[in-house]
Amino acid sequence: MAFLSFILRFLPRAVTQGIPLLYGCTGEILTEKSGNLNLGIPGIMYVGGISGIIGGFFYETYAAEMNPVLTILIPFVCSLLGSGLMALIYSFLTITLRANQNVAGLALTIFGEGVGNFFGGSLVKLVNNGSAEIKLNKTNVAFRQVLPFAKDWGWFGELFLNYGFLAYLAILVAVAVALVLKRTKTGLNLRAVGENPATADAAGINVTRYKYVATCVGGMIAGLGGLYYVMDYQMGTWANDGALGARGWLAIALVIFALWKPHVGIIGSVLFGGLYILYNYVGVARNIEPLFNMLPYVVTIVVLIITSIRKKRENQPPASLGLAYFREER
Amino acid sequence: MKGIPAIELRNVTKKFGSVVANKNVNLSVMRGEILSILGENGSGKTTLMNMISGIYYPDEGQIFIDGEEVVIRSPKDAFRYKIGMIHQHFKLVDLFTAAENVVLGLEEKEKYSVKSAAQKVAELCERYGFEIDPNKKIYEMSVSEKQTVEILKVLYRGADILILDEPTAVLTPQETQKLFAVLRKMREEGHSIVIITHKLHEVMSLSDRVSVLRKGEYIDTVVTAETTEEELTEMMVGQKVVLNIERSEPKDRRERLMVKDLNCTNTDGVKMLNHVSFTAYSGEILGIAGIAGSGQRELLEAIAGLQSLESGEILYHNPKTDEVVELRDKNTKQIHDLGVRLSFIPEDRLGMGLVANMGIVDNILLRRYQKGKGMFVQRAKPREIAEQIVEDLNVVTPDLKTPVRRLSGGNVQKVLLGRELSFTPTVLMAAYPVRGLDINSSYTIYNVLNEQKEKGVAVIFVGEDLDVLIDLCDRIMVINSGTITGMVDARSATKEQIGLLMTKTDGGAEA
Amino acid sequence: MMKTEKKVQEPIFHVVKKDGVVLWRAWLIRAAAIVLALLVCALLILVMTDQTPVEVFESIFEGAIGVRGVNVMALFQSAAMLLCISLAVTPAFKMKFWNIGAEGQVLMGGLAAAACMICLRGVVPNGVLILLIFVTGVLAGMLWGVIPALFKAQWGTNETLFTLMMNYAAMQIVSFFVVKWENPKNSGKIGIINQRGEFKQAGWLPELFDVDYLLNILIVLAVMILAWVYLKYSKQGFEITVVGESENTARYVGINVKKVIIRTMAISGAICGLAGVLLVAGTHHTIAANTAGGNGFTAVMVSWLAKFNPFVMAGVSFFIAFLEKGAGGLATNTGLNASFADIIIGILLFFIIGCEFFLNYRIVVNKQRFSGRLKQKGGE
Repeated sequence: MAFLSFILRFLPRAVTQGIPLLYGCTGEILTEKSGNLNLGIPGIMYVGGISGIIGGFFYETYAAEMNPVLTILIPFVCSLLGSGLMALIYSFLTITLRANQNVAGLALTIFGEGVGNFFGGSLVKLVNNGSAEIKLNKTNVAFRQVLPFAKDWGWFGELFLNYGFLAYLAILVAVAVALVLKRTKTGLNLRAVGENPATADAAGINVTRYKYVATCVGGMIAGLGGLYYVMDYQMGTWANDGALGARGWLAIALVIFALWKPHVGIIGSVLFGGLYILYNYVGVARNIEPLFNMLPYVVTIVVLIITSIRKKRENQPPASLGLAYFREER
Repeated sequence: MKGIPAIELRNVTKKFGSVVANKNVNLSVMRGEILSILGENGSGKTTLMNMISGIYYPDEGQIFIDGEEVVIRSPKDAFRYKIGMIHQHFKLVDLFTAAENVVLGLEEKEKYSVKSAAQKVAELCERYGFEIDPNKKIYEMSVSEKQTVEILKVLYRGADILILDEPTAVLTPQETQKLFAVLRKMREEGHSIVIITHKLHEVMSLSDRVSVLRKGEYIDTVVTAETTEEELTEMMVGQKVVLNIERSEPKDRRERLMVKDLNCTNTDGVKMLNHVSFTAYSGEILGIAGIAGSGQRELLEAIAGLQSLESGEILYHNPKTDEVVELRDKNTKQIHDLGVRLSFIPEDRLGMGLVANMGIVDNILLRRYQKGKGMFVQRAKPREIAEQIVEDLNVVTPDLKTPVRRLSGGNVQKVLLGRELSFTPTVLMAAYPVRGLDINSSYTIYNVLNEQKEKGVAVIFVGEDLDVLIDLCDRIMVINSGTITGMVDARSATKEQIGLLMTKTDGGAEA
Repeated sequence: MMKTEKKVQEPIFHVVKKDGVVLWRAWLIRAAAIVLALLVCALLILVMTDQTPVEVFESIFEGAIGVRGVNVMALFQSAAMLLCISLAVTPAFKMKFWNIGAEGQVLMGGLAAAACMICLRGVVPNGVLILLIFVTGVLAGMLWGVIPALFKAQWGTNETLFTLMMNYAAMQIVSFFVVKWENPKNSGKIGIINQRGEFKQAGWLPELFDVDYLLNILIVLAVMILAWVYLKYSKQGFEITVVGESENTARYVGINVKKVIIRTMAISGAICGLAGVLLVAGTHHTIAANTAGGNGFTAVMVSWLAKFNPFVMAGVSFFIAFLEKGAGGLATNTGLNASFADIIIGILLFFIIGCEFFLNYRIVVNKQRFSGRLKQKGGE
């Protein structure tokens, strides 16, 4: 019984911790399957979050009456636009201009973090109520609206129904991406682009288009992780504390842990989320907390090492990951 | 034959940087015809075909399909005109199954599923008599299986113009015959087939007409039945080639390199060397003949200390000290430190023998950078040697700093050869040293090998042209799937005899 | 039979690879990109603020070097730190080993320095303490760099992802010690180490000629020259280049590739460790998880943009440090947020990264084919 109550306390928290990672992970998997290693994911999550905040802020501040659909839709669309634009910058640099992917990704992260904190800080100043953060009271309620029967269904409700819609969307998106990659022709083509772009090209696949679409859609998905983090997890607040960036890198770690499989990412995100907050539940002293926070990275490193030793072909990163493709290469 | 060609090229030109790969090429193929494109390595055959299949885009010129001018911007455009190309380096995704590779990139009306794709591929196999498991992953396949998948790919797309780039280079004779049977059947069905090759007998036995390219330029097209191998050779190389290498009798012939019972297996678990034993003598050229990929590379790399072995011995007899030393499991540097003057011209010049992005001086330095005391490299001596090589071997280069990747193939090889000879080697191994070179450069190389032999060097020469092997070498060793199938006297051997040893499939005796 | 349109459609242009580009042209293209980026930034600034361009310019200068240059040493210090880390990652990059773990390697070096300052103060004489700080700091950075290299050499483990993860492991380890050595209690930070009292300034690097950070800057300049000599003239530097260009060639000439990978990463990590020492013992006299301040990542770009040339790196580092501080100053003066600097840097990087395309590729407009076809049509 004690165990069950522990699970009831622990698991929902682990899930809410894990959802931003899951978005980031799914988005990055989609991106990497096209052969693009986008290290700009933390920056994209920043922009995804702040764009949602900006949209929500202006609607909440200036709308006379708030339409429940628009309350959700405006931040949602703003977030998608913001992160999509970021991914587009990355795509243009690496796909069209064939720039080095590591360098372009890191620049994107610097830029994204700057954009996030700049607008975040500016909004705080705009509100000017003396607090160092802004809070979207109404928007956050809309985003945190749990399923109607959550309260009535006992432990089941608490465990499975007690989340905002973005959490369910994260799982749906992960499953959808997994299915697309595994079961559809589009997925087959995309994997071919990431594995061997010259072959995909010769097979008549528009490599450039696949890379662009996968990277941009991947970026938008990752951006939703930022949106979930600020609207749901942080209850509609923005603080310039760098916590979102840490989650971005964790999401990239999760991609490796999940062996580039989005459905494994679902389990992995809960595991990573759980590891991240485990110290709260096992009664350790505050000073050991960081060592627990280190666990997800250590686990990822171990997975990375094991897969490289085992050399199972199916578990390796996409073969052309990190390389630009130029058809007339000789 | 109908009057309008299925595909026609007019004045097509393609440049890569300053290199002209194709210059004003004209070409046409009819329906129900097999056309051979004949040319030496580096004559621009593959580049030309890549423009038809949409991989490259021509700088100038026009392409016509059934008399209509078309623009082929991408492989997708090529499919639309029912053009399918089977590349020499297979364009397959290793991680996918045969079926997945076949349906890759196609837009089909019905819903895609792994199962139905496999089903359709199996049906296609049955129709053409291929034996292949549609669910087998490419990385588990043999070379000929991979080629079958490539052919299935273009057939599945309903291609009626097929381009095959050196399809027989990696096949056994039996597999080659099977392939030719399939191609002839396709011709009967009205397909147009273009086959790129540099093997004359294949041209003669298979094709209806032959188009010849030389150094990127279009020479002529002739009807196969009305020509001879000699005439084609002349068109291909530009002048009547009489291999006229003055071969001296080996002098002071002594054991230099003794190789005993070498065995090795590659990472895919394929046995690459199988109980290989032989001896190389000073003052002779030992030729090695065999189909590409039969273990030649592994053998030379094993001797040079680049290939780990399962078992065997490599013994070197030092002419100065009269000592015998073991070279096995020593790397290049350790071998050098033993006082063994072993030079190796690898097949992959820019990827192994030289650093493409470095100039001549630094490439000379490559093999000498550890010379001299202290932690710094000394470039004075390499510079001297570089100047010497440029002068002695007539290397054409703007200056000594220009990256060697910008030099032509012949000049690259001269730099590599010059560097290796600067060590005054006692053993010289050369793998395909004239591949991709023009006739004049080739002759420079042959002469250098001959000179070395006369100086008392043990020369080991891996070649692909049997005529050259027979004219140049003293003895010829034949390797077949990692096994030595014969050692013949080059002065009395015939091409047929060697060809048989290269291709016979029953185990074979050891030399 | 053919469904395609009869009209011939020419692509307007296609892209071909260049054979190489003359040095002065390459730098001209890069300069043009920077000018273009600055124009975009200027436009952004004008939209965001109501200052005149001259005022903007003044704000940036003031932000960078302080009022009448009082902060000029701080600017040089920032540039030197960025340069030091850029120099550190360069040998690895030249070997085509993507060490993006500089952030973590710097932190580990800094942590070792802080540990010495805290645990060994008063135990050993100050001179010995400083020596120990350097030795342990360099070793700690080296250790953090060598771990991924060992796995890369042995099993080909992906180094980009490995070194990336090592950053965050290092950050959490630092956080752990921050809590352990917390001062004052429950503040969540260490505070200035050995600021006053019995061990005042124990383990602090000395101030040369009363000039702030001069020792740091001189050390980094020395590293710069050493790195240049090492990469260009030493046997090991030559080995690094060969391994980076082609592992096959390296094996062919008898270079032990595994050894070179491990040795080079040891050097790379060691210089990062040195940077950590300079940051902790020579600059901040404290440590936190953000002590490296993202310089480990910026350095990746500095090294790459400078094409691995140490002197160019010095210029690029100075430029970025100048802009960072200048944009910060502009932000304060105009009431904008300080993160504005990151946006400016980001835009600049995008342009410089993007312009590389024009160094390696050429866009060919298909004029010849086009006019040729017209001529032919005219003849019909």
